[in-house]
Amino acid sequence: MMSRRTLLRGGAALVAGSGGISGSSLASFAAETVVLPFENGERPIVKYPQKRRMIGLTSRPPQLETPFAVFNENVITPNDAFFVRYHLADVPLDIDPDKFSVEIKGNVEKPTKLSLADIRKMPATEVVAVNQCSGNSRGFFTPRVAGGQLGNGAMGNARWKGVPLKTVLDKVGVKAGAKQVVFGGIDGPVSDKTPDFAKALYIDHARDGEVMLAYSMNGEDLPVLNGFPLRLVVPGYYGTYWVKHLNEINVVDSIFDGFWMKTAYRIPDNDCNCVEPGTAPKVTVPINRFTVRSFITNVTDGAKLKAGGTTLKGIAFDGGRGIKNVAVSTDSGKTWETARLGKDFGKYSFREWRMPVNLSAGPHELKVRATSNDGKTQPMEALWNPAGYLRNVVETVRVTAT
Amino acid sequence: MKRSTIVAARALVVMSIVGCNIVEVNARPVSYKLPDETAAFKPGSNLEIVQSNCTACHSADYIKTQPQGPKFKKDFWQAEVTKMIKVYGAPIEDEDVGRIVDYLSQTY
Repeated sequence: MMSRRTLLRGGAALVAGSGGISGSSLASFAAETVVLPFENGERPIVKYPQKRRMIGLTSRPPQLETPFAVFNENVITPNDAFFVRYHLADVPLDIDPDKFSVEIKGNVEKPTKLSLADIRKMPATEVVAVNQCSGNSRGFFTPRVAGGQLGNGAMGNARWKGVPLKTVLDKVGVKAGAKQVVFGGIDGPVSDKTPDFAKALYIDHARDGEVMLAYSMNGEDLPVLNGFPLRLVVPGYYGTYWVKHLNEINVVDSIFDGFWMKTAYRIPDNDCNCVEPGTAPKVTVPINRFTVRSFITNVTDGAKLKAGGTTLKGIAFDGGRGIKNVAVSTDSGKTWETARLGKDFGKYSFREWRMPVNLSAGPHELKVRATSNDGKTQPMEALWNPAGYLRNVVETVRVTAT
Repeated sequence: MKRSTIVAARALVVMSIVGCNIVEVNARPVSYKLPDETAAFKPGSNLEIVQSNCTACHSADYIKTQPQGPKFKKDFWQAEVTKMIKVYGAPIEDEDVGRIVDYLSQTY
């Protein structure tokens, strides 16, 4: 197995001119880089407050990717390794949780402002759930598409604690005729001409008891860059809906037509949510649930292994049906064997799997393919859409046994 | 991981955060300092126009990390600049649009 260190490349040239970093020693310091396995994939390793060394995608607004080795360490992704994605550069940096409140308004009986203390007093619920960026793995798209050029590290699995959105909506009383609920956070654009980030869920989804206003992540306050002090958790749905620094909940009697729903984050409206590479879809719908995915986490591409017996290990997840099985191939997909699934943390969590294999001397293409409880599985050939969303091709890891 | 080890790991994280004096966990209010920006635009003609128009809203790495190669030249960057103006409301003067597109397609 390739260690993380071997993936890091000294980038001394990048350090030149960065001598002005203050005494905090915590500034982003591009002393090292990592190369994601696609063209123009070199990224700085950066260090942000509350975060360990992460893969830097952009600095303003900040976007950080989780080094993939983290996913082999634990089925729960630590807070300090959890990916960060912002759209707009006015990121809240000074937050007083005592003064923070979330406003619930619109098509409700009793418009209300709830403080963080109010929310913390309400009966809490917990869920272990994956959050994954819609554009996770976009850098692997062929042909390439514009957007954040991410490897596979814009995902993570955490134990979220908070209050069901249903509880809050019941408290304020949703009026008849409500169609959607629109969510906004403190973060916003630099220019007032830029559409502020806002996302919407249908009222039935918002009241399903699972969508949550979360103030805790893995037993701690949310890290600032993951939405402190309160964020929306939408289990099974792409991270675009998990609005950070949540301070506005607006019940509307129409279909919300803001830019981030109507124009951005759209996928082709057909069975595969895909189109011929290089073409545009005729009709689109808002992105929604995760596609089913699986990864080998303990062996990296290009690794040299000892011939003989070894155990492959990894993770699988889907949009909320839960993982039915994981199959592993050591011969490029000609034959498959079923892996043993690890502890079940619920249908929204990463599910660990293990598979003892026997590798003869020579090269091997290892593949892993998960199937969810509704029978959905991963395609052998990558599907394509122009925004670079939903990637879930069967992953291949090439190794040589000697 | 067992719950007890998760708790232990958390304690370490909190200790390291407090030790570095970054952010006060469970104390309030919270003040967060983003690291200094290190990414810069590459040298090229019309660099100043690019800097003054693009960096108000985002850092230079947004451009540097995009796909590169013969298929990602003028048409690609024209579409991106148009998106910045039409969708995100970037106040770019008409006469600067071509210069920005030229810089981007020649430099990246």
